[in-house]
Amino acid sequence: MWTIIHKMGSPPWFFRFSGGLVKWLLPLTVCLLLVGAVWGLLIAPPDFRQGNSYRIIYIHVPSAVVALAGYYVMAFAGAVSLVWRIKMADVTMRAVAPVGAALTAIALVTGAIWGKPTWGTWWVWDARITSMLILLFLYLGVVALFEAYENKSAAARACAVLTLVGTVNIPIIYKSVDWWYSLHQPASIKFTGESAIDPSMLYPLLLMIGAFYCLFAVTVLLNMRAELAWNHRDASWLKQLVQGT
Amino acid sequence: MPASESNLTLHGAFARQFSRHARAIIRSPAEVANPLLFFFMVITLFPLGLGPDPQRLAEMAPGILWVVALLSSLMVSGKLFASDYEDGSLEQLAIAPFPLAVLALGEVSAYWLATGFLLALASPIFALMLGLPATGIFTLMVSLLLGTTCLTLIGAVGSALTVSIRRGGMLLSLLIIPLNVPVLIFGTTAVSEAVMGGNATSWLALMGALALGSLAVMPVAIGAALRVSLDQ
Repeated sequence: MWTIIHKMGSPPWFFRFSGGLVKWLLPLTVCLLLVGAVWGLLIAPPDFRQGNSYRIIYIHVPSAVVALAGYYVMAFAGAVSLVWRIKMADVTMRAVAPVGAALTAIALVTGAIWGKPTWGTWWVWDARITSMLILLFLYLGVVALFEAYENKSAAARACAVLTLVGTVNIPIIYKSVDWWYSLHQPASIKFTGESAIDPSMLYPLLLMIGAFYCLFAVTVLLNMRAELAWNHRDASWLKQLVQGT
Repeated sequence: MPASESNLTLHGAFARQFSRHARAIIRSPAEVANPLLFFFMVITLFPLGLGPDPQRLAEMAPGILWVVALLSSLMVSGKLFASDYEDGSLEQLAIAPFPLAVLALGEVSAYWLATGFLLALASPIFALMLGLPATGIFTLMVSLLLGTTCLTLIGAVGSALTVSIRRGGMLLSLLIIPLNVPVLIFGTTAVSEAVMGGNATSWLALMGALALGSLAVMPVAIGAALRVSLDQ
């Protein structure tokens, strides 16, 4: 157990390991995305109320789910970075933040596009939309804080403190936004048939969620590799690896 | 350091830190007056922007008062650790044989008394300017007392994280505003409920829980963040 953790902290080992992992994960991600997209967009039946416009769910829901999970990945990396001062955790945290921000933005934009035909408006101050918007601010805060520090190891610890404070806050934010919405809820808008989703629509959705998790992992790994390569651009092990393959 | 001071207790260190900053604040009354003046001026902007209709202003008053309270705390917290960082006293605090979290809490408490506490005391005046019904005023004061505790502590974390960064003001708002959302929601809801004759107590209880929780957790984060800033 400890030897694995110890190894994970070594850049050369991680660089080689992640290289092998990406070689497998990248084709898998592309396959899952293709299959999920074809299944969801072409094969799954149209919704009897929303017609074909509901199909954006196959982008919207997976990006929202993974964006939320991404914050916890970042918080976990932050905790590891603060407690054990493992450099690789810093790199992970830094790699996750922009990916998470992008996924949150995708979820918000697809939600707006979906809202236009369904609710007749681009933007509604709905509880979930508002929470996602706040999540976007939380992500952007981490990215901006990282960029603002010149000393990158201090930047990583500052971001770790921020994400941990954010993690404590996220359940409170979600709950409070939920209450806020239920107090002010406009009667005309109601999200229907979300939990009672038909299996013929659910399976491609689950597949797409899996595909987005893989996409998240690949993007983060590639991000980490780019960061490591830049940090160790003069190291001999990196030169050997690049020239050797 | 004289021998008599070498057996300083944790409480003593906290008290000394508190009184040092309280004195510094009293000696520059502008520090105390500025947030209140800011509050006063921004409140003036709302009738100018929304129109002077008393009915409408009264309806919006809980939200307006709370948003402006949040903004004024944002304005204050940027300066919280700045002078300590610049004159090097923060480094001395960091090597003191006491947890930095406790020492920082001393400073934050002094600031809260001069800003949040005073704001809560002065809030009935601003509430009357916006025509908030009298039934909401007591709840507004209590909610501001509890809420500014959270706002100040969260603001202190943001300030500790950005104190070493040049022009960190905009960054500070980006860091703090999302974390302040629950306080704003609970505060406005409590006041609105009180105005409508509903159950404001449960919302105030939630704010109290939030304030106590922040009081327990945030000083640790403030201490850690200050150490990061000193390493920079």
